Amino acid sequence: MSPRVVFPNTFLPYLLVAPQLAITLVFFYWPASQALYQSMLREDPFGLSSRFVWFANFRKVLSDPNYLNSIEVTMVFSTATAAVALSTALLLAVMADKVVRSRAIYRTLMIWPYAVAPAIAGMLWLFLFNPSIGSLAYGMRWLGINWDPLLDGRQAMVLVVAAAAWKQISYNFLFFVAGLQAIPKSLIEAAAIDGAGETKRFWTIVFPLLAPTTFFLLVINTVYAFFDTFGIIHAVTGGGPGKATETLVYKVYNDGFVNLILGDSAAQSVILMVIVIALTAIQFRYVERKVHYG
Amino acid sequence: MAEPEKLPPASGHDKLMIGQSSAGIYLAHVVLTLGVLIVAFPIYYTFVASTHSLQTILRPPLPLLPGERFFENYSEALFGGVGRIGGVSVATLLVNTTIVALGIAIGKIIISILSAYAIVFFRFPGRMFFFWLIFITLMLPVEVRILPTYKVMVDLGLIDTYAGLIVPLIASATATLLFRQFFLTIPGELVEAARVDGAGPWRFFKDILLPLSRTNIAALFVILFIYGWTQYLWPLLVTNRNDMNTIVIALKKMISFADADTEWHLVMVTSMLAILPPILVVVLMQRWFVRGLIETEK
Repeated sequence: MSPRVVFPNTFLPYLLVAPQLAITLVFFYWPASQALYQSMLREDPFGLSSRFVWFANFRKVLSDPNYLNSIEVTMVFSTATAAVALSTALLLAVMADKVVRSRAIYRTLMIWPYAVAPAIAGMLWLFLFNPSIGSLAYGMRWLGINWDPLLDGRQAMVLVVAAAAWKQISYNFLFFVAGLQAIPKSLIEAAAIDGAGETKRFWTIVFPLLAPTTFFLLVINTVYAFFDTFGIIHAVTGGGPGKATETLVYKVYNDGFVNLILGDSAAQSVILMVIVIALTAIQFRYVERKVHYG
Repeated sequence: MAEPEKLPPASGHDKLMIGQSSAGIYLAHVVLTLGVLIVAFPIYYTFVASTHSLQTILRPPLPLLPGERFFENYSEALFGGVGRIGGVSVATLLVNTTIVALGIAIGKIIISILSAYAIVFFRFPGRMFFFWLIFITLMLPVEVRILPTYKVMVDLGLIDTYAGLIVPLIASATATLLFRQFFLTIPGELVEAARVDGAGPWRFFKDILLPLSRTNIAALFVILFIYGWTQYLWPLLVTNRNDMNTIVIALKKMISFADADTEWHLVMVTSMLAILPPILVVVLMQRWFVRGLIETEK
């Protein structure tokens, strides 16, 4: 940082950072350190005593078939959610970039889902696709599809992915539109004069130039699918049927709050922290890069 | 409540770039209209359901147009209906959610603008250490430290309180980073001039920095209000009493697909009341919202 003109004051700055620091220490660092500590403790079944077991909880969690299942579920869920949300948003943004008329109206209507709570988004989709009263479920049965997301794990996954992706389209759309506007129009026109068709122009010019935006959104969407979709899972499937939609975050909640297996839950928390740190690191590395490439 | 708007068919008014055909533009309008219909449909259909009788909702398919029970359903839900199902009135739920959303948005803005101010405009031992302490909280979302944080809440007696719903969520690395970024663009001459004119740190903050930060504050406010309004995991953990629920949590408790007695028409009205305020904020403050979204991105 460049040398700046500053106020000569010794006491005031501490007062200014104090509120933020106090909250951070009490509600972030203290609990996080507790999670680390507890992840190495094992309590006896009555909760009367606990002993230090080093990494035994991690070994236990990582060899638990339910946990491995939950890793797989999370991978499928977040890959599908990111793929659907990104491709739909990209298609719509490319179309919105072409039109001038009504662009503002399209954008206004496209950003609604951003304001809907994930849990409510899940409930709305479940209302539409519920086998007993859902109108779209009725339509699917009419088409001859045997639709029951409450019993069929694969269909339950489709439903939560649809709700999660639907909510994220707004966000991706806005970023893609901003990204597309930053691409110089002359570049595209030059290619058109050289005889490149629309499809070819998209894949050889627009898509590569949009890569930084896409990569950034990929990271953001992954973080979203990992952590912000708890509400959708909790409201729509509760991790079921069976454990077909039990994501990692849902399992931490379920093991800690419902099943009360503290050591395991803490070990899972620590694993999740490692995942967030990795994702944040990727994100910041990318931000560095963007600065270099201008 | 607006319905998804029917957009006029394409147009000679879109300016064609070289290499663009008007058929391509026409196709773009078709795709966008379809996209908008899909995106807006779940919300529109919830509105439709909120204007039909329970019997109509229970016999799918539901009509595509609103029914005639708008006033009956909304007044029943507002005056006692929801209280009968959920134990608390819609008004209480809306007040709770508004307090939480405003508390989180305003709280986050205040504490981050103060800490960013300290970090940029003062030099003091431990400055960078504090900055990193705040920065690292980006990597510790509630989701990864659920149980121990809950325990802190219990120890501090914050379960079922507004403070418990708000305070733990107002530490914000993102907002602090945004303000820091913005403050760094303020020329040193401005600070110098203020000091020559005898302004102390408080005067400078109040008369120069705050007015300059207005747009940033508005942009952040929209994003954070939505963030606060849509919270789910945290209110689920720290509220037990029904009268402390936010509307999202109350809605989850009201819905049971297995239960034949669910009064869907009232549930649908409650859903509309839960999603309308944040949608209004986003749509009416769209300019700041888009700006805030694209700039806060860490």
